[in-house]
Amino acid sequence: MAGPGGVGPIRRLPAVALRAFWTPIVLSLGVLVIVLAVWASGDTVLALAVTAALIRAVMVIGLYIFIGNSGVLAFGHATFMMVGAYGVAWLTLRPFNKSFALQLPEVLATTQYPLFPSALAAAALAAAVAFVVGIPIMRLSGIAAAIATLAVLGMFKTFYSNWSEWTLGAATMPGIPIYVDMWIALAWVVVALFVAYIYQRSKYGLALRASREDEFAARAAGINIPRQRLVAFVLSAFFMGIGGVLEAHYLGTIAVKNFWLTITFILLAMLIVGGQRSLSGAVVGVVVISTLIEILNTLEAGMDVGVTVLSVPIGAQELTIAGLMILILVFRPDGIMGGREVPWPFGKVGQIARDTGTADDAHDPLQRGLAGRDGTP
Amino acid sequence: MTGLVQNAIDALALGSLYALTALGIGLIFGVMRLINFAHGDLIMIGGYALIVPSTAAAAVAFIGAWPAPALVAAIILIVMLFALACERLAFRPLRRADPSVLLITSFALSFFLEHLVIMIYGGRVKAVSIWPELLEVLLVGGVRIPYLQIVTIGVTIGLLLLLVLFLKRTAMGIQMRAASEDFSTARLLGVRANRVIAVAFAISGLLAAVVSLLYVSQVGALTYSMGIPLVLFAFVATVVGGMGSLTGAVLGGFVVGIASVALQVALPVAMRPDRDVFVYGLILLILLLRPSGLVKVKSIEEKV
Repeated sequence: MAGPGGVGPIRRLPAVALRAFWTPIVLSLGVLVIVLAVWASGDTVLALAVTAALIRAVMVIGLYIFIGNSGVLAFGHATFMMVGAYGVAWLTLRPFNKSFALQLPEVLATTQYPLFPSALAAAALAAAVAFVVGIPIMRLSGIAAAIATLAVLGMFKTFYSNWSEWTLGAATMPGIPIYVDMWIALAWVVVALFVAYIYQRSKYGLALRASREDEFAARAAGINIPRQRLVAFVLSAFFMGIGGVLEAHYLGTIAVKNFWLTITFILLAMLIVGGQRSLSGAVVGVVVISTLIEILNTLEAGMDVGVTVLSVPIGAQELTIAGLMILILVFRPDGIMGGREVPWPFGKVGQIARDTGTADDAHDPLQRGLAGRDGTP
Repeated sequence: MTGLVQNAIDALALGSLYALTALGIGLIFGVMRLINFAHGDLIMIGGYALIVPSTAAAAVAFIGAWPAPALVAAIILIVMLFALACERLAFRPLRRADPSVLLITSFALSFFLEHLVIMIYGGRVKAVSIWPELLEVLLVGGVRIPYLQIVTIGVTIGLLLLLVLFLKRTAMGIQMRAASEDFSTARLLGVRANRVIAVAFAISGLLAAVVSLLYVSQVGALTYSMGIPLVLFAFVATVVGGMGSLTGAVLGGFVVGIASVALQVALPVAMRPDRDVFVYGLILLILLLRPSGLVKVKSIEEKV
């Protein structure tokens, strides 16, 4: 690999590209290693748990795109999962299942659409909903916006649980084709990682991150904060929609009650514990909390340790996660990763390192992003 | 005409519960810029404190069987202590943190308290009956008014008056208002931060306990998530009323209560289950027209 100095101009270009996309590449490889290890072990039960965790990773990255870059909390993103999940169910259920209990319009009722375009269409629907509700909400100050997103969730949850003709109301909707396995979930995690990273280093992402650090300075510099927030909100909702789509095709059933505060809490806990200010934090949070959930699930079921059966009471899982989250917030409010991305270990590459200045600046995503933009040949 | 009076009383009673809840949230927001998600769980804890801790399906009344004055005093004391414990253990270490960190902490705390209750009491719904005589109905000229609604409205008016007196006439109340206006200047002038914040949490606990008793008498059942709808509507109320304004919180509470009852009456039968869609939609509409809420507070705008 490229060492400090002495690299020819032709060999420098791939190194520069590697450097530019180092964060999503390393994170993707890290997730790939976990998936390969589980695949090699042949443990099918664990593979299912890992698939669920990967789907949550897509959702947490979606959540990160908005919360991480804007610094505004959002409690309403389960809305977009729900819109995505039901949207894809309308498209991909077999007409027989649709005629069974739903009263869909002709164009949906008689056709089963192909899976991949349906996934994109359902996620686009989620993004469109985010665009419409985002227009008033993105004008609000941080805390009021957070609460307004909660109102959006309350609104859509009430609406979907009464919209029997399309959603079966509060009942569970069965019969959605099951095709999502570890590899498909992994592919979407990689897509989400790269899109999130490209966004955060684009001019839109940088403008929004500037407004996160100093709202007044950003406004003075001509950044239209509501518009930048809306861009992130819509992109974020798209991946939340994909998360909902994957969940629907993983479980085969969906129910409105599963898109409420528990999933909101779990996803936020993952983001906060890992560190909401960096993409690496989002991924680390998913890994840590998913592992914790898996251990506690085993314990709740009762674990035979030879002499005795070790078990914890029902509710201990959420209690532990909530407790951990509070401890992290008190002692390390920027999460495990502290707002940093995975560091580049190979020293200077080309001109990019030239502008990064001090070591501290190199870790500041905004600084580094700007330096990268200036320095890219 | 009787229908209108009936609906007006329903709206006032419902609005009273939302106003008291919003006030409990608003007081804390004033002194430390914390939107307390866990306020709903304080209400829930007040309900569970009425029964013997056990995971058995049938609830056995404990404090719930005491004579009314002792019952009220005990529940208020318990909820106040919980509120103070939350402040001491979770929020005090975060006092200098960003409001969004405080908000997310209270969200985690809310989950913590709910699952603590599930571990101790189990997750099933439990029936509790306190003061069944309050559910009897008073007939006045064709209008049917449950005694509970009269008590709810009366207690709310009484508490609002006491709170106004406290905030305007006592040294602690004046310090609390000063702290809400500008905490750092207030501290320079000798306001003791820990004490003011602790008192705010204690009052918020008192309000939660009162809502808890009124609400449990009405629904007669306990669930670990019973505080959530109350706290969500109270959030709507605080944002609609104007964040940081106590008058706004009370006003917002009544607006939400009145809107709920009005929609219940005005919507066609088929759309009535969707009532809450419109109540939540109200927040978006009002914020679109008035982003800072009905009562605008200057001190809340961030200073450069």
